[in-house]
This record gives sequence, structure tokens and C-alpha cells, in this order.
Amino acid sequence: MLRYIALRGLLALLVAFTVSLAAFFLLNVATDPAQAIAGEDAPPEVVESIRARYGLDRPLPVRYADWLGGVMTGDFGESYYWHKPVATLVADRADETITLALSALAVTILIAIPLGALAALNPNSWIDRFALGVAVSAQAVPNFWLGLIVIILFAVTFPIFPVSGDDTWRHFVLPAFVLGASSVPAVMRLTRTGLIEVMGADYIRTARAKGFRGWPLLRRHALRNALLPVISVLAVQLGQKFGGSVITESIFAINGLGRLALESILGADIPTVQMLIFVFAIVFVAMNLLADILNAALDPRIRIG
Amino acid sequence: MTDIDATFAAADAADETATLTPGQVFRRRMFGHTGFLIGAGLIALIALVAIFAPLLAPHDPFAQSLSTRMLPPAWVDGGTWDHIFGTDQNGRDYLSRLIYGTRVSITIGIGAATIGLLIGVTLGVLAGYFGGWVDHGISFLLTAQLALPGLLLAMALVFIIGPSIWVVIGIVGVLHWTYYLVVTRSATQRIRNLDFVAAAAASGANPRQIIWHEILPNLFSSIIVIFTFELGIAILAESSLSFLGVGIQPPTPSWGLMIAEGKQAMFYRPWLVILPGVCLFLLVIGANLMGDGLRDITSPEGRNE
Repeated sequence: MLRYIALRGLLALLVAFTVSLAAFFLLNVATDPAQAIAGEDAPPEVVESIRARYGLDRPLPVRYADWLGGVMTGDFGESYYWHKPVATLVADRADETITLALSALAVTILIAIPLGALAALNPNSWIDRFALGVAVSAQAVPNFWLGLIVIILFAVTFPIFPVSGDDTWRHFVLPAFVLGASSVPAVMRLTRTGLIEVMGADYIRTARAKGFRGWPLLRRHALRNALLPVISVLAVQLGQKFGGSVITESIFAINGLGRLALESILGADIPTVQMLIFVFAIVFVAMNLLADILNAALDPRIRIG
Repeated sequence: MTDIDATFAAADAADETATLTPGQVFRRRMFGHTGFLIGAGLIALIALVAIFAPLLAPHDPFAQSLSTRMLPPAWVDGGTWDHIFGTDQNGRDYLSRLIYGTRVSITIGIGAATIGLLIGVTLGVLAGYFGGWVDHGISFLLTAQLALPGLLLAMALVFIIGPSIWVVIGIVGVLHWTYYLVVTRSATQRIRNLDFVAAAAASGANPRQIIWHEILPNLFSSIIVIFTFELGIAILAESSLSFLGVGIQPPTPSWGLMIAEGKQAMFYRPWLVILPGVCLFLLVIGANLMGDGLRDITSPEGRNE
């Protein structure tokens, strides 16, 4: 088991650094960062002086090695736009995004698992069709549009929750719903198919023969096995929530990493963009690693195979 | 007794299916699949609107008119039948802009899904056919690509390179190939061990001939299925980019951009946001239903029948 985790962890680290390498070269080859900082109409001497000041006149591999060396010591460079260390900027804003991502995951769990379970217990009933309808619609709704519709509804028609800002927990209800909705189809379908499969298994028939019915049967026998794959998918979905926070945060004016990402892109602030891509990739990879480990820990077949 | 009759009837039905040509089975399944019919109908309708946009649009989608700014839709007080869906901030006819918006969405959908197809299928077939180190390398690339925060990287690249429809198509396409890879890789692994591939190899075919003549034709239906799904995904990606201001630029009518432009006035003129969102929803749900349907229709067992 330890060997398995170590191998997976090593692979995850390798992936994260490959991503950072790809992002670094894409961002620096596709553009001239010095020109971007100086502005489009800046005279060439200004561009050259900026190039020299930020060390952008050195070859790309040297700059990447420099960046990588900094990362090892926690130094992600200085923001071109805010003139602060990028690591400080990101650390200041991380908790908003963590709160948002976790509450979005909670929304996904609260909607998708009960709905998937109800659909599985009553296949081809109206609730099954309703659940399928929810899944198909949630997959096709543009996330930013859902956010605006929710804002229009709650600002005008039902003024229960605030529609912008990040001061209290009430501010996170609507954004969490919008961000959480995008994971509902995957989790719901997986719960449904998992539970349908389990309910047909021999050991459930045995449990029924022993007199188990209803909720005790579900809780003690069926859900435990049916939710195994769901747990790892939830970890993966949580990893995606960070990257997905860009849209939600900009719509609901939450001052987190997603909004920082949009602002730094519009400000051509490449060190910040670079670090955010790296951080989001690390979170994603870590969540996938967690999913693999959970899977192996919960399901002995994977560990042995 | 009735049970036995039913069994015979089922056996007869099975016999009848067996005597049909594959084309007849395909058509029968196609016209018996409600989801597919709805999805294909929506896509066909929107494609026709895109092709005949100049004939259908009642006004020039770019013509501004200061005297008719933000007219409401015809059925609301103050609306006129001359502008059925009202006008936008610049007095441009909203229906005409929605109609021309189909062109942007469909061009980007098809363009980006095709680029993704070329990358994903090439890598998938190579990994599946050659296995070994080729497979390991390509699988690593897949893991790295999945860890990339796609939207964030797309935003940064489009902004840096300079937003235009071709840049958006290229970048969305280059970032969306993983689904093709996963499916074609495992399908190729399965096909390459079948007897007809061994026969081709025995008769002296080289890997290139085997891939082109034996493997690719058998991947055709799964590729079409993924292409249909990717169409929807690419269209959503473009609309998100345009909404955030790093995609299609004004005055081109893109639905995502129209939602962004309508956002400032959305509390007083909600239709400016609602209408383009409904268009996006219908197009994407059409693609998803069609993809689900095609998968059922082309799978050997004909699921959901």
C-alpha cells in the first residue's frame, strides 16, 4: 500500500511539473511579456529596459530553471501588475476559493446522491425521468448564464440571499449552487448506475431474505458498496472546482483565486497566471491522488491487482 | 401459457431482426430513439438557421440605431413586431443578432471539435496500436493535459495572442482532445487483437496500412459520437471565453458576448441575458442528446431498446 501511494505520488509530482513547463513555454512563447507589461504603444527603449529589469532577455530554459528554483523555495516571483510577491497575493485570496469549492461540493452531494439513489430505487418511474432531465439540462446550461439567471431571480423576485460579495456564509449560498450544479450530472449518474448494480447483487437478496427492508438495507448494505466509486469521483470533481471558480467568482464578485486569475490575465501579469495554473494543477493532481488512494483503501481488489 | 407465447413472440422478433441488413437495423433504431430525434432535429434546425441567416434575419445584425435602443420584445408593453425580440444597447435588432450568432457557435464548434479529433485520434490510435513506451508516453501526456486548468489557460492564451475567431477555434481545439484519445486508444487495443488484423498482417500489410484500412474504419462510429459531444463542449467553452471578454470581440454577434453585453442592464432588461442563454442551451442540449442517441444506435447491443 505504501509503495502504491509513493509511486502514485511521484507520478503526480511529475505531472504537476510537466504542466508548469507546458504553461511556462506556452505563455512565454505566445507573447512578449515585456511588451505586455509596457503596453502596446510603448516605445522600444522602454520595452527593452523592462526586458532587462525583469530578466526577460535571458533564454527561455534559463528563465524556466530560474522559476523552478524559486518554486522550490516558495518564491513564485513578483507580480508585474500588483508589484507584490505572487505567493502573498495567492495566499491572501486562497481561503475564499477553498470555501467556495468545498461548499460547491456539498451542494453537489446534497443534490446528486439523493436524486441518483431515488432514481435507482425506482427505475423508469417519473423520479427516474426527472433525474435524467436534471442531468441532461445541467450538462447543457452555460455556467455563467445559470449564475446570472440565479442573480436576476434572487435579487428581484426572492431577495433571500445576497447576490454579490463574500462577507458572510450567506454570500456563498448562490455561488456554491451555481458551481456545484456543474458536477451534479456526473455524480448523479454514477450513483444511479452503481446502486442499480448493487441492488441486483446476491448479497442484497440475502439481506432481504434475512428481513432487511428500506433504509436499514440501503444504509448498512447497498449504499456502502454503491458509493465507493462516487467518493473518488467527488475528489476529482473537487479538484476541478478550483479551475471552475474563475467564472463563478467573477459573476458573484468573490475575491478569490478565480477572480485573481481573470484580473491577472487582463493585466498581462504572467507570473501570477503562471503560479495560478501551477496551483490549480497541483490541487487537481492532489485530488486525483487522493481519489486513487481512497479507491485502493476502500476496495481491496485494486490494491492486490 | 401466456409466458410461453411471449417467449415465442420474442424469439420471432429476434429472428426478424437477424434477417435485416445493418442499414435497416440502423434506420429502425434511429427512428425509434426519441432522444436522438429531438437532438438531431435541434441541430439540423440550428444549422439551417446558420446557413440561411441572411434570408431569415429581418434586419442587419450590425446596424445601430440610437432612436430604438433597448426596445423590449414584441409581447411586452412598448415592444413592436418590427423587432420581435427587441433591440440591444446599440439599437441593433436582437433576433437578427441571435440568428447570426448561430454562425459563430457552429463554426467554432465544428472547427474546434475537428482539431481535437485530429490530435486525439492520432494519439489514441498510436498508443493503442503500438503499446509499450509509446503508450506510456501518450498516457502521461493525457494525465498532464487533464491536470491543466483548461479555461484558465485558454483565457490567458487567447488574451495574449489576440482574440479572433480563428485563435479561439485553435486554442479550444488544442485543449479538447482527451476524450477522443481515451476512447480510440482502448478501442484500438481491442481491435488490433482481432483475427482480421492478424490476417492483414500475415498478408504483408505494414502498420500504416493496418491503421488506415483495418482500424480507422472500425473507429468511425465512436469518433462520430465523441465529435457530437465535443461540439457542445467547444460551443460552451467559446461562450464562456466570450462572456469573460477574452473570446469573440464586438461587434460580432456571439451568444456568450451578447450575454456579457446584456449583463449591465439585466435587472431591467432581463431578456437581453435570457434569450442568448436559451439559444446556447438548446444548441448544446441538441448536441448532447444527439451524441447519447448515436452512442445507443451504433453500439452493438443497441442500448435502451
